[in-house]
Amino acid sequence: MDESRKLKAFAAEIRIAAIEAIHAIGSGHVGGALSIADVLAVLYGREMRYDPQNPKWPERDKLVCSKGHAGPAVYGTLALKGFFPYEELKTMNRPGTHLPSHCDRNKTPGVDMTTGSLGQGSSLACGMALGDRLRGYDSRTFLILGDGESNEGQVWEALAFAAAKKLGNLVVLLDWNKRQLDGWTKDVYPMGDYVAKFEAFGFDTVKVDGNDVDALIPALERTRADGEKPYAIVLDTVKGAGIPEVAEKTMNHSLPISDEQYERWTAQLREEIKAWEVEA
Amino acid sequence: MKIVYDGSMDPRLCKAVLGEQIPALAAEDPDLIYLDADLMNCIGTAKWAAANPDRAINCGIAEANMIGVACGLASAGFKPIVHTFGPFASRRCFDQVFLSGGYAKNDITVIGTDPGVTATLNGGTHMPFEDVALYRAVPGATVIDVTDPTMLISVLRQCKDRPGVKYIRVGRKQYARVYADGSELPIGRAVTLREGTDLVIFACGIMIHEALQAADVLERQGVSAAVVDLFTIKPLDADAVAAWAEKTGAVVVAENHNRFGGLCCAVSEVLAERRPTPAAFVAVEDEFGEVGPQGYLQERFGLTAAHIVEAARDVLKRKVQ
Repeated sequence: MDESRKLKAFAAEIRIAAIEAIHAIGSGHVGGALSIADVLAVLYGREMRYDPQNPKWPERDKLVCSKGHAGPAVYGTLALKGFFPYEELKTMNRPGTHLPSHCDRNKTPGVDMTTGSLGQGSSLACGMALGDRLRGYDSRTFLILGDGESNEGQVWEALAFAAAKKLGNLVVLLDWNKRQLDGWTKDVYPMGDYVAKFEAFGFDTVKVDGNDVDALIPALERTRADGEKPYAIVLDTVKGAGIPEVAEKTMNHSLPISDEQYERWTAQLREEIKAWEVEA
Repeated sequence: MKIVYDGSMDPRLCKAVLGEQIPALAAEDPDLIYLDADLMNCIGTAKWAAANPDRAINCGIAEANMIGVACGLASAGFKPIVHTFGPFASRRCFDQVFLSGGYAKNDITVIGTDPGVTATLNGGTHMPFEDVALYRAVPGATVIDVTDPTMLISVLRQCKDRPGVKYIRVGRKQYARVYADGSELPIGRAVTLREGTDLVIFACGIMIHEALQAADVLERQGVSAAVVDLFTIKPLDADAVAAWAEKTGAVVVAENHNRFGGLCCAVSEVLAERRPTPAAFVAVEDEFGEVGPQGYLQERFGLTAAHIVEAARDVLKRKVQ
């Protein structure tokens, strides 16, 4: 199976794992978890340097999922990569769990930073990238921002900082899924042209189909060079991508998942995985 | 630790002490990193910072981001010391301090300069009477109101290696000299500055000088007042508070802060639970700040030795005989 197909299958597995976690507790942040499954697949399946046996290895590449509510997708990815047992996904949000709704670096092996109050991950990621540079590591820090999250002023303080301090080891991945809790971003709080904004802030910027592994592979590969400019990749995504029934629902930020939906959706995704494997 | 108070001012300005101590600590500890929000020139670190760009990060006028960057650096094993004026080191970035710092267990030291009336001519917008209240509400935080330059040196060094969020509030100008050079003041331990039997004055920061002066006045009036430095507002030395309350039976608390949320509350919590004792408060009476010289502001907000004497007379009337 070639790498692209393998990563597409991995993305579908991440979706299943996220659904698994959310279904076990009954409901959760489905839409924004699904929209970043493909970029997580390429990051953890190809681009990032890490060691599940040594999750705090200082020279690893780091991920800050600043839209911390997408935790289920991150947890699914980490479980599939062996940071902790897959079965633990079903403990999400249960009393005493290692998997809280929003990412917590002190609870989950492989989670590099605590996030949840939107915007804060952006500054934290800048500090982490700066720290790596001061230590002389060639690691990269990947920062996943939500488009709704970019309403927060702190995001723009952090972007200005990244450019001012020439953090070429920082890669900002903006999940432009066009929806936030109250509806379409264009209606709730339109932010304009993200590419133009990132460029104006001094970022090396591209826009790609963020739900297309084949587009993500080269876009992420080119961020390996540590130059003068931080990188921004605007991920043109669909909130709820991978499960049409979710994607079609405008208000899909947080949803209940019934047993019937769980069976049907995971069966569809398993078919998808099989197809990637067969065609290979 | 030696007490050398005689009412005279320490010749060192605290801003000069910060300007020397931050580079000195950085020279000793390769993990120390200093961040500022365009106020390096206010504490004399700018020249050193320019020569050491890997040790000193000017984050511009963006305090929320500065706290986040500091916390990210802390997660990479650095020991950040962050400085800006008190209101911007507390209100302006409180959610970042609380979550990126405290909740995420990223250990940072925050220095908020010009607390309360020491903000003088910068006026009400720059005059935090609530910074202690905010930082006290961060679980596990350490909150210190500095008494004099010697203490500043001692606590800065301790905070660097101490876990959690640490907040040091200190004016940039002169303080009365209380402790002998080189004295170590262990965080969390109250210091008895003056023995007394009729009442105890608990104070911190600039109010130490006022409390010691008030104790002199009271002595002349035949009242024996103890003075205890509670510079660590959190974790408070509750044993010392309870013991002094038991010994004297009357308490005055004096602080350069709103009476809500700061030392007055911290002491009251201990008294209520362990040793109910009549108490009187010398603090800002739930007001915003305003502009003026420090002497004027201390009068205006009731933060002088005379106000402490008045509070002492009041509490003595209520003392259970």
